Amino acid sequence: MTKSKGIFLAVGGAAIATVLLTALLVNIFERKTEAKNVFYRVVELTDDMDDPAIWGKNFPHQYDSYLRTADMRRTKYGGSEAFPHVPTEKDPRDVVSQQKLDEDPRLKIMWAGYAFSKDFREERGHAYMLSDQIFTERQNVTKQPGTCLNCHASTYVLYKKLGDGDITKGFEEMNKIPYKEIVHSVNHPVSCIDCHDPSTMSLRVTRPAFIEGIRAFKATQGIKEYDVNKMATRQEMRTFVCGQCHVEYYFKGADKRLTYPWADGLKADQILEYYKKDSHKDWVHAETGAAVLKAQHPEFEMFNQGTHARAGVACVDCHMPYERMGAMKITNHHVQSPLLNINKACQTCHNVPEAELKARAETIQDRHMELRNIAFDALVDYIKDLKEFKDVDLTKTPNKKLAEARDLQKQAQFLFDFVEAENSSGFHAPQESARVLGLSIEKVREGQKIVAELRREMKTTK
Amino acid sequence: MSKLNIIFLILFGVVLGLGCYSFIYAKGYSYMSDDPKACVNCHIMNENMDSWIKGTHHHVAKCNDCHLPHNIVGKYAVKALNGFNHSAAFTLQNFPDPIRIREHSLKVVKSSCLSCHQPMVQAMNHGGKNINEETNCLHCHRNVGHVK
Repeated sequence: MTKSKGIFLAVGGAAIATVLLTALLVNIFERKTEAKNVFYRVVELTDDMDDPAIWGKNFPHQYDSYLRTADMRRTKYGGSEAFPHVPTEKDPRDVVSQQKLDEDPRLKIMWAGYAFSKDFREERGHAYMLSDQIFTERQNVTKQPGTCLNCHASTYVLYKKLGDGDITKGFEEMNKIPYKEIVHSVNHPVSCIDCHDPSTMSLRVTRPAFIEGIRAFKATQGIKEYDVNKMATRQEMRTFVCGQCHVEYYFKGADKRLTYPWADGLKADQILEYYKKDSHKDWVHAETGAAVLKAQHPEFEMFNQGTHARAGVACVDCHMPYERMGAMKITNHHVQSPLLNINKACQTCHNVPEAELKARAETIQDRHMELRNIAFDALVDYIKDLKEFKDVDLTKTPNKKLAEARDLQKQAQFLFDFVEAENSSGFHAPQESARVLGLSIEKVREGQKIVAELRREMKTTK
Repeated sequence: MSKLNIIFLILFGVVLGLGCYSFIYAKGYSYMSDDPKACVNCHIMNENMDSWIKGTHHHVAKCNDCHLPHNIVGKYAVKALNGFNHSAAFTLQNFPDPIRIREHSLKVVKSSCLSCHQPMVQAMNHGGKNINEETNCLHCHRNVGHVK
């Protein structure tokens, strides 16, 4: 070995060893620094800031994950898939999700005569809640009230503006204004301020409809004058903030007041009872003439009937699970299906391999979808049965049996739709979903008996 | 001594010094002990430590009592192997979180249960259909050590 080559090797070797050791040392330093929870208050947040980017300066990790709600990913039965869309003047979106009306044309029959039979795409992440609602074809076939914005936009600041600081007054004002006028007053989809108090970061309910709805529901349990923002536990709030929107609702009266029909309870049949008393209808079915209801997306109600709710699990535990950022645990604000994040969403409690947990969830969903298809076929059959009586005007020729048959369509359809519109493909409460689908099939069976009698009557009169 | 050798020695000294400093800075020496505090050098274990303090076994068993074999060679062999895997995982950040126990480590834990409780439970592993299948104490007694 020549002398110069030896020097070269020694210096080179020492340099590599030093680089590796220093890299390790710096890494150890970084890991130790992580354990010190550092929080920088960059901006002073106020109760009038609805721009999430400003909140994101103080809470960059939460904001980063919030932005990821723009991701589009499928699960076996849910989630959204990106489809290219040629932007038009009416609809400038270049990406949309799958059209559910094409995937299952039975939906068009169930919703005949209603705006949903024109356009019903798979719901996408929170990032799209406002734009997808502005540009849906439904806006062109019907006139919507401002009420829709309660759940499709960050409205807290608007409530305060319209109500001079009183959110309930602002809520009432907003509901009365037509959608196309008021939509220009909102700037963001659901944002930090809708669930968090800017001075303490604690969770809060900002939607008057939920405040009123949960008060009515708690009254059924004997709790009087329930004030959700004062009386709910921390863990309850981790479900209630989601329940502000992921619920069954209707627009009550001429003022279009957003109302959650919980005064008789949260179950599908209890809600149906409520509607019976309220005699509310959403539209008249185009193929049968029956006054019917559209169920919305009752995740909160259905989840409450399941074993996870019973065990004290909150929506956030599975859909926004804690994740580690260094030594800190923060709530992941990328709200998504737990099936896309099984390690953090499920394995925190279930000490079982990921593949097994996925198989368990999908088995529940497979069975649910099979039963759902049976119930759907029954409902569509029944709608076909009722078609032949469509032109009978009950105000001119009253017929008690036909009125009853049409009411049974309303009931069967609402019960089916309640399960169909619920965003978990049966997972939130499998047995409850099955029970409600069973009830729906039973209503169809009762209805078909009446239809058989009606047919006999008509033959004899002819 | 030739100039070359002096350069060699200086370089060796620098690397050794840097290595020693890193070792001490990382509290490397603490890993030779049985002190549970060594395990929370890495903050991933904070919750496990917290729940162990409140757990039913903390009077009688520390981390090493359950997670390492009860013989001196096995103990330090597994300690070295796990230590290497843990520090590599912590440095590279490529582990699932919540962390999952590996098959091998689970075996060690199960045999640790038996090293204290064998006289009480020895009848349980006999006479079953699958005589070769080990009874998993942790299937039911998940939270005796720590919940997480």
